[in-house]
Amino acid sequence: MIEIENVHKSFGDLDVIKGVSLTVNKGEVVSIIGGSGSGKSTLLMCINGLEVIQQGSIRVDGTEVHNKATDLNRLRQKIGIVFQQWNAFPHLTVLENVMLAPRKVLGQSRAEAEEVAVRQLTHVGLADKLKVFPGKLSGGQQQRMAIARALAMSPDYMLFDEATSALDPQLVGEVLDTMRMLAEDGMTMVLVTHEISFAREVSDRVAFFRNGLVHEIGTPEQVLVSPQYAETADFLKSVL
Amino acid sequence: MFDYSFHWRSAFKALPDMLGGAWVTFETAALSMIFGVLIALCLTLMRQTKNPLARGFGNAWVSVARNTPSLFQIYLLYFGLGSFGIHISSWAALLAGITFNNAGYLAENFRGGLKAVPETQMRAARSLGMSAFKTYQLVIIPQLLRIVFYPLTNQMVWAVLMTSLGVIVGLNNDLTGVTQGYNVKTFRTFEYFALAAVLYYLIAKAIVLVARLLGWRLFRY
Amino acid sequence: MLTTSITSTDLLFLLQGAWTTILLTLWAMLLGTAGGVICGLLRATLPRATLPLAWVLDAFRSVPLLIQFVLFNSLKSIAGLDWSAFSVACAVLGVYAAAYCTEIVRSGVLAVSPNVRRAGRSLGLNYWQDLRYIVMPMATRIAFPGWLNLTLSVMKDTALVMWIGIVELLRASQIIVTRIQEPLLVLCIAGLIYYFISLVVARLGNQLEKRWQEND
Repeated sequence: MIEIENVHKSFGDLDVIKGVSLTVNKGEVVSIIGGSGSGKSTLLMCINGLEVIQQGSIRVDGTEVHNKATDLNRLRQKIGIVFQQWNAFPHLTVLENVMLAPRKVLGQSRAEAEEVAVRQLTHVGLADKLKVFPGKLSGGQQQRMAIARALAMSPDYMLFDEATSALDPQLVGEVLDTMRMLAEDGMTMVLVTHEISFAREVSDRVAFFRNGLVHEIGTPEQVLVSPQYAETADFLKSVL
Repeated sequence: MFDYSFHWRSAFKALPDMLGGAWVTFETAALSMIFGVLIALCLTLMRQTKNPLARGFGNAWVSVARNTPSLFQIYLLYFGLGSFGIHISSWAALLAGITFNNAGYLAENFRGGLKAVPETQMRAARSLGMSAFKTYQLVIIPQLLRIVFYPLTNQMVWAVLMTSLGVIVGLNNDLTGVTQGYNVKTFRTFEYFALAAVLYYLIAKAIVLVARLLGWRLFRY
Repeated sequence: MLTTSITSTDLLFLLQGAWTTILLTLWAMLLGTAGGVICGLLRATLPRATLPLAWVLDAFRSVPLLIQFVLFNSLKSIAGLDWSAFSVACAVLGVYAAAYCTEIVRSGVLAVSPNVRRAGRSLGLNYWQDLRYIVMPMATRIAFPGWLNLTLSVMKDTALVMWIGIVELLRASQIIVTRIQEPLLVLCIAGLIYYFISLVVARLGNQLEKRWQEND
């Protein structure tokens, strides 16, 4: 379970998150929507400690993320994240990209790591690209590799930070398919996304962020079909 | 106009000695590069820290190394250290001078290289649970190596060319030193130095060639 | 403790040496730039035919400058040319600078995107007009930082001409050192002068670059 309580985050003078509380239960898929600069991506970075927070608390399975005593490297092993700009390691092949962390962080043997990596890469449809360097892949393929890379650590949670925003329109579908598959497998997921129809389809709950706050939260039907607030409706109108 | 007869034969007799000198030249350059890279890494780190003393030291080193002649740097070590009662051999002064120079230029290259590796790579690696050290070792440094590989090769060639300055502070067993020795004895300046020039050229080309092969082998992406 | 036997005459002598250093740099860069622009343009426009030229210039970049000085100097006496050491120094440094400048000009010209050139030609400019009004101005801006670096490095390389008997800044300081036996002090003054010249050249160059950028 991810428990976010009254989190405040600022970059210098700029307050990005102004007191967000949100709980993500095991097995739940929560989508976060909202305009740019509403603090949604930053919140994801705070969940696995890539960004520090100024106030409030974030607990993952009861472990305080923003506590000096917490072993963040340990914690991050069970929180996978997929970035907007896929961030493939360019100097490693697709297979090596996925094997790196299991071997060097979890201490798996080469054979073990390779088996897991091949399985994950097959799962996302890249079985024929194992020996290829990421630079030779399309954006969609790189993003699917990034998903496999995160999954190879067998995380309990997956965070998606606008995973399809940087992709060419015709490549979005293949990445969404992979994410849909993951949701159906029962993975706990937090998605920051602009794909409203996808959010509606896979989410258990949808949160609308505005000005660094959760403006409205509820089931996809509630938030996306019959929103309570005018701002939510306006936002939906602007993206659809 | 050309009433000069070239004596190539005597020059070729000196070839074995000159090859010995060429080895000293290569060795000196290689050593200066090894030390230079190590120091450059330290300087790069120092310039990244918040400690003003470390930063000042790093910046001063780089700035002096890049803005004064390498011959001046060798001179300062050879003659200048004498003021403190430290007398070092001309070879040591040469090696230290070139190392100083290499470290300054390489530190600047490394800094540029680090900037060229996107910050998101750090994030991606950390998000997989890698420690900062492992991230540098497995993700950042391998990419940095590729970026600085070409400048590194260039610096190695320059190091070889710079070793020729040793003769000015009295070094007599590197390629230029040996050549100058024969020159003083025979006054066949052109022949000997032409031969030396060819040898320097070959060393430089060999370094570039080896680096290119190594590059192909190392950087397949 | 802080007494020194360095005199104002010595300082003047150092400054004279520095002036020689600056003069050498100016001449070398004048020759080098002229040669570099010609060879660079040739290399960029006729890459295949000028390959031998590239090899020759590469040789100048792969042989120590010191040896180039000695070789040219002895060639001069063999050929019976009555050149002053200063002319020899300018000639060698000029060719050396040209060898580097060629690469800078070549990559500058090649960095001008073909689309821009097509745009120029589509407006009816002929080949030479395109080169004169489109390619050269753009390539100059691209190549300028490299050229500035070359100037600084040639300035430092002038120190080597002491080997063929010219009293420039470093040699001047050495002469004073031999007389007053205070190497650290004298060398540091020489070093400061080098540093100062570098700084001024770099500053002037950056200002020029900034002015260009403002016009962009």
